Amino acid sequence: MSKRSRDGARKNQAPSRGRVILYSLAGLFCLFGLADATYLTVMALTGETAACSGQAGCFEVLGSAYSKVAGIPVAAFGVAGYFTAFTFAMFAAFNYPRARKFFALAVGVLFASTLWLLYVQAFLLHAFCRYCLFSAAITFLLMGLVVASPAPRPSEK
Amino acid sequence: MRRYLPYVIVAFVALATFGSGFVLYRAKRAALPPEAKGAPASGIHVRGKEDALVTIEEFGDFQCPPCSLMSRLLEKTEEEYRGRVRMIFHHFPLPNHAHAREAAIVAEAAGMQGRFWEMHDILYREQAAWSNAPDTPSLFNSYAGKVGLDMERFKKDLRDPAIAARVEGDHKLGESRGVTSTPTLFVNTVLLPASELNPAGLHKAIEAALPEKPKS
Repeated sequence: MSKRSRDGARKNQAPSRGRVILYSLAGLFCLFGLADATYLTVMALTGETAACSGQAGCFEVLGSAYSKVAGIPVAAFGVAGYFTAFTFAMFAAFNYPRARKFFALAVGVLFASTLWLLYVQAFLLHAFCRYCLFSAAITFLLMGLVVASPAPRPSEK
Repeated sequence: MRRYLPYVIVAFVALATFGSGFVLYRAKRAALPPEAKGAPASGIHVRGKEDALVTIEEFGDFQCPPCSLMSRLLEKTEEEYRGRVRMIFHHFPLPNHAHAREAAIVAEAAGMQGRFWEMHDILYREQAAWSNAPDTPSLFNSYAGKVGLDMERFKKDLRDPAIAARVEGDHKLGESRGVTSTPTLFVNTVLLPASELNPAGLHKAIEAALPEKPKS
């Protein structure tokens, strides 16, 4: 399909109001997750993760061997994940083709990572970090939005 | 125009994220003490490789005799598990030790010049000497000279309320984690029971913690 006809298809099928609200809301959640992950990344880069304002759970989780992968703070992957999800949410809100699928995929990856990190906190470290729990809550909300989003019309597939 | 709006929003968010992250990073770096800037993990006192498989955290009191014994054991343990174990020290001065808080502040002031661990070692090694000495400040000053501190700065840092606040912060952290006595050790965040505070117990706890290496 040529660029012009693709754009034409997008214009002809203006997104429903509900869909715009849904993806805008998803974008907003992504921004909260992005802020949280950015803060944690900065803390990890400055070495503050281990102190973490005197919170015991935070100290134990963010100072553990699980907080980095190949020397890169896990939170930095969170920044990338939330930014990717935000990008696709925006494009989905503007009814770009395939954006919804990529958004669902990005949220799926974030959700799977969140489940792993919750497992690590609950069963390996026996400690919870409130920043991580906040991020987990955001991911669960995003997953809820993905599940709740209406199936695309046949012409949109 | 509407066609380009998502690109504009995404670019704006990317810039805002990077910009705010950079500003926050600069602000946090500026607030850290000089020792922390060169250390693998900062705000606290860490010795050993950052990616060591086992982290031993000690809540210690420089005037507590068992802590002094424990420091020797920990030193040997670090040698034995070189590269696989790292140490983190937190202050937990007990109120019944008259000079414990003062010693913690001395160690922190040394830390401001990147000599925390040197002072930590000397305070434990010379514990018997300064604990009952009539003039502990003079002894502390002599230790500061021995580890090569800038004495003017050291004396100024001793009066810095931020240093006292850091010692208090460590104490509060200990309380939040259930610490009531010293030494208290956590091996990979797991509390080592008082009955296990011996070479065999520590060895066993480290061996148990070693397989916890994350599978990647």
